[in-house]
Amino acid sequence: MSYDATFRVWRGDATGGDLQTFTVEVNEGEVVLDVIHRLQASQAGDLAVRWNCKAGKCGSCSAEVNGRPRLLCMTRMSTFAETETVTITPLRAFPVIRDLVTDVSYNYVKAAQIPAFTPGPRDADGAHRMQQVDVERSQEFRKCIECWLCQDTCHVIRDHEENKAAFAGPRFLIRLAELDMHPLDVLDRREDAQDQFGLGYCNITKCCSEVCPEGIHLTDNGIIPLKERVADRRFDPLTWLGSRIGRRPRS
Amino acid sequence: MRTDRWWVQPLVTVLVLVAFIVYATIRAFQNAHYFAEPYISPFYSPCLTTACEGDTFPELFTGPTWISPALYILVFPLGIRLTCYYYRKAYYRSFWLSPPACAVAEPHRRYTGETRFPLVGQNVHRYFLYAALVINVILLYDAVLAFRDETGEWGHMGLGTLVLLVNAVLLALYSLSCHSCRHIVGGRLNHFSRHPLRYRFWTAVSRLNARHMQYAWASLFSVAFADFYVFLLATGTITDLRFF
Ligand code: SF4
Ligand code: SF4
Ligand code: FES
Ligand code: FES
Repeated sequence: MSYDATFRVWRGDATGGDLQTFTVEVNEGEVVLDVIHRLQASQAGDLAVRWNCKAGKCGSCSAEVNGRPRLLCMTRMSTFAETETVTITPLRAFPVIRDLVTDVSYNYVKAAQIPAFTPGPRDADGAHRMQQVDVERSQEFRKCIECWLCQDTCHVIRDHEENKAAFAGPRFLIRLAELDMHPLDVLDRREDAQDQFGLGYCNITKCCSEVCPEGIHLTDNGIIPLKERVADRRFDPLTWLGSRIGRRPRS
Repeated sequence: MRTDRWWVQPLVTVLVLVAFIVYATIRAFQNAHYFAEPYISPFYSPCLTTACEGDTFPELFTGPTWISPALYILVFPLGIRLTCYYYRKAYYRSFWLSPPACAVAEPHRRYTGETRFPLVGQNVHRYFLYAALVINVILLYDAVLAFRDETGEWGHMGLGTLVLLVNAVLLALYSLSCHSCRHIVGGRLNHFSRHPLRYRFWTAVSRLNARHMQYAWASLFSVAFADFYVFLLATGTITDLRFF
């Protein structure tokens, strides 16, 4: 079963652009990226789109479909009515390079600012040991494919470019949570989370969790626990006092 | 750019919360019809002053009679819900439109989130949790007292008993599923393997926590309904259905 769909695709570059309308064939079982490729092959040979795996695992094909941040390769055409116009735009939170390709370097700059995993001393036999139950929470965040959809959706930077300097974005808040919860990591990352990476900017409205293609519970399992850890240190006089007199080890 | 009806959810949230706030405010200031032997409305429990109708809690002091006894305790349930991580999401989105829905532009020119006064105060949430847990115990106690009949004899149960009991349980589930609770029972640890008991608590609370939103709404409805039921009894509009 195939039909002709109406696609509106944003075309342009850093200096500007607009939505262009195309009619393009759609076959059963296809995803949005298939249709974009057909468009490229048949009508718009120079259409720029970033992709790689077509399997939802490389995180390259992020864009916005009908205004919602999505992976193009994981958005099935069957989710739209045949008569529905499908609008594809580049990630709004990042500067456009061309067409659907944006410059996502902001994310790599933030990534580089996070102090690396810092394990304590090795055991006598030279090994690092940890228990599965202890590292399980951190492992959820390792599923991240760095598609930047959460970063793109987060209103803190999506709607407020000026916050980019102070706010690292949900992807990196869960990176901090991952390391702070890690059984072998010895750095205390709570002060940095608040002061350098802008944890306080997040108002836990959960859009990052809604868009994550890996189903990571960024807010519930990462950001909120991190806020609670920061509260222990900064905002809770009792816990602070407890840690001072040695009653509350963080192990 | 979003083409779906993204505004439905914030709209419904506003309508329900406004309706609750209006109802709760009227009832809290009413200073009447909150006790119908043996039931006390959850809005008025614990009832602390000598002016209280009923005898479900020790009378601790004599306040001016024109101050409704609900007002002394109002700050606690209000505080936990205002600083609750779930309700924060709900009202930041629906009342403050920050953001109104995901990937929908917010109307504010500047945004600082919870970095400064007053919103940085949300970080005291855990203290409201402690207070809420105390109130949970008192409301469960009220539900137990509702197994007495009008004359104080044990072995009674009416629809009112069930209403108070369900409400007390839902409110307890709401508190226990709290994110701060999850942190306090075990989330703050980095080595669960050294604290097997706390790991079990954390696992149990995590399971409840996944449904925190549902408990937040269910308990909001149940507390209003329990109050309304007592109101209907106290004004003589209905009589309690008696099971035994
Ligand atoms: S929950 Fe926080 S980090 Fe995630 S999208 Fe919302 S504001 Fe951004
Ligand atoms: S957390 Fe999820 S949405 Fe964010 S970059 Fe990783 S995979 Fe993408
Ligand atoms: S192409 Fe790799 S995630 Fe879509
Ligand atoms: S009561 Fe909702 S998070 Fe604590």
